[in-house]
Amino acid sequence: MPPKPHLALLAALLVAFGVQHFSDSINPYYLDVLIGIGINVILAVSLNLVNGYTGQFSLGHAGFMSVGAYLSAAVSMYLAPRLFGEDGGTALQEGGLFLVALLAGGLSAALAGLLVGVPSLRLKGDYLALVTLGFGEIIRVTFQNVESLGGALGLNGIPAYTSIFWVLAFVALTVFVVTCLVHSTYGRGFLATHDDEIAAEAVGLNTTRYKIVAFVIGAFFAGIAGGLYGHFKLTITPTGFDFTKSIEIVVMVILGGMGNTVGVILAAILLTLLPEVLRPVAEYRMVLYSFLLIVLMLSRPQGLFNFKFGKARV
Amino acid sequence: MSELLQQLLNGLSLGAIYALIALGYTMVYGVLRFINFAHSDVFMVGAFIGYYMGKLVPEHTLWGGLAVLGAAMVGCALLGMTIERLAYRPLRGAPTLNVLITAIGVSLLLEYTGQVFFGAAPRNFPAVFPVRSFSLGGVIVSSNQLIVIAVSVVLMVVLQFIVYRTKIGTAMRAVSLNPKAAVLMGVNNDVVISFTFGLGSALAAAGGILYALNYPSIDPLMGVMPGLKAFVAAILGGIGNIPGAALGGLILGTVETFVAGSEWSTYKDAIAFAILIIILLFRPAGLLGKFTVEKV
Repeated sequence: MPPKPHLALLAALLVAFGVQHFSDSINPYYLDVLIGIGINVILAVSLNLVNGYTGQFSLGHAGFMSVGAYLSAAVSMYLAPRLFGEDGGTALQEGGLFLVALLAGGLSAALAGLLVGVPSLRLKGDYLALVTLGFGEIIRVTFQNVESLGGALGLNGIPAYTSIFWVLAFVALTVFVVTCLVHSTYGRGFLATHDDEIAAEAVGLNTTRYKIVAFVIGAFFAGIAGGLYGHFKLTITPTGFDFTKSIEIVVMVILGGMGNTVGVILAAILLTLLPEVLRPVAEYRMVLYSFLLIVLMLSRPQGLFNFKFGKARV
Repeated sequence: MSELLQQLLNGLSLGAIYALIALGYTMVYGVLRFINFAHSDVFMVGAFIGYYMGKLVPEHTLWGGLAVLGAAMVGCALLGMTIERLAYRPLRGAPTLNVLITAIGVSLLLEYTGQVFFGAAPRNFPAVFPVRSFSLGGVIVSSNQLIVIAVSVVLMVVLQFIVYRTKIGTAMRAVSLNPKAAVLMGVNNDVVISFTFGLGSALAAAGGILYALNYPSIDPLMGVMPGLKAFVAAILGGIGNIPGAALGGLILGTVETFVAGSEWSTYKDAIAFAILIIILLFRPAGLLGKFTVEKV
């Protein structure tokens, strides 16, 4: 944790602004990859709060991402033509609307997280993983059946609001919130729940409450990431958020070393770049991807970027 | 009334397939305490072995069908034991999560390798068994349904015999109960675990062939949904419990068939998970499972 986290956040926002300023001179392909990386970093860091720091195994992150993606897309698609008419608004107006849409997406995902978390966090380990997986699939099937949100065809024509500034800004914000939270007095409760739930309960911590808080915050940022994703891809389908996506995020967290934010960020970058780098061997790239995953897991079971210095945790 | 019976029959034959897959999950969970995510892809490989074997034997013959079934079971048993040896054994003693991720890696590897070798486009599964249908008082019984139910019942009886009447079965139960004590009693855990994977994978292969007979369009991702549902079935019955897996599979198949025939049919993929969540909230150990309290 940097000594002055608020200054670090401010610096990161300024950098985001700077990058946005020069984004026209960056190769659009690199920019797209960078946005993809940013979205995955948000997902992985937020899931790390649940799976890493609090030690609860959630397999439903893509479900919360889809809630955020759909709700924020619905908000901006409903409001944009009514506020700005045919020509679109100024950059500032569109930015404001996007922020509202993202927050709506994040909050609705957080609400979904609360609804899922309260009943299921009484369960442990594999069972929790399965229930979250089940909820993720139920959310997906429900979106497939809601005709006003496009049904199985998905939502098309979402305004292209996501820019590199928004992505970098929310990456910075996610990392800031998660880091400050786990290093606060309150946040020690997450680590205690992770380390030994029975002992934590014995000293009077309400572990269920900690789990739910971690779950809801994780879901909130997953919703934000979903909103960014929707306004970046401009079209979203329910099948894009199935449990393969959840697994992809979990793999980032585990490869990064559970409960190690820096490692998780590195793993998210690596795993987003890997399929891009393997593009020349297009046909075999996913075979190689899964093969590397097994090899990495067998050779570094503690996580790729967990070097045991500082306060790294397994 | 006859419609109800018809749906019940369809549900039972689907449920029997889920039960076969669920048995593999439940046995592996019993000895190793982890979810073998690659199981659903072994199921897929079983169907593909059947597809290629099916071209070698004459269609519509009982012995041809049984030969295909046997070949797929042997092939998948070897595959399952290889996976265990190469991917899971090096992680013995590592945290469950790592094994889980490795299992996910193996699952993805099988799926993507399948897409490279078999192509992503669905293929038509040959009709290896004789096809006929009978009408019993308004209920149409197809020979495929009879084969599914007969094969499942035979395999489950054989499994029950192996687990409760043979030496290796006793060893399996011992490892499941307490791995350390089993080693002290002279059980070779590695052999038992390998055997368990082989047995479970053979059942998955049988499930794959039977599934492909009823839904004759096979592709490398065909295992994902049936695999997930079979795992739900295993939990529904109580994970680690063999009769429970069979019961869970039958319940799930029946409920799903009834939902698919109702006006809620588009929600049929969600119903399994809804059942899962309800059962875990009210009876976390499953229908036939024993509830254990964690001791410090």
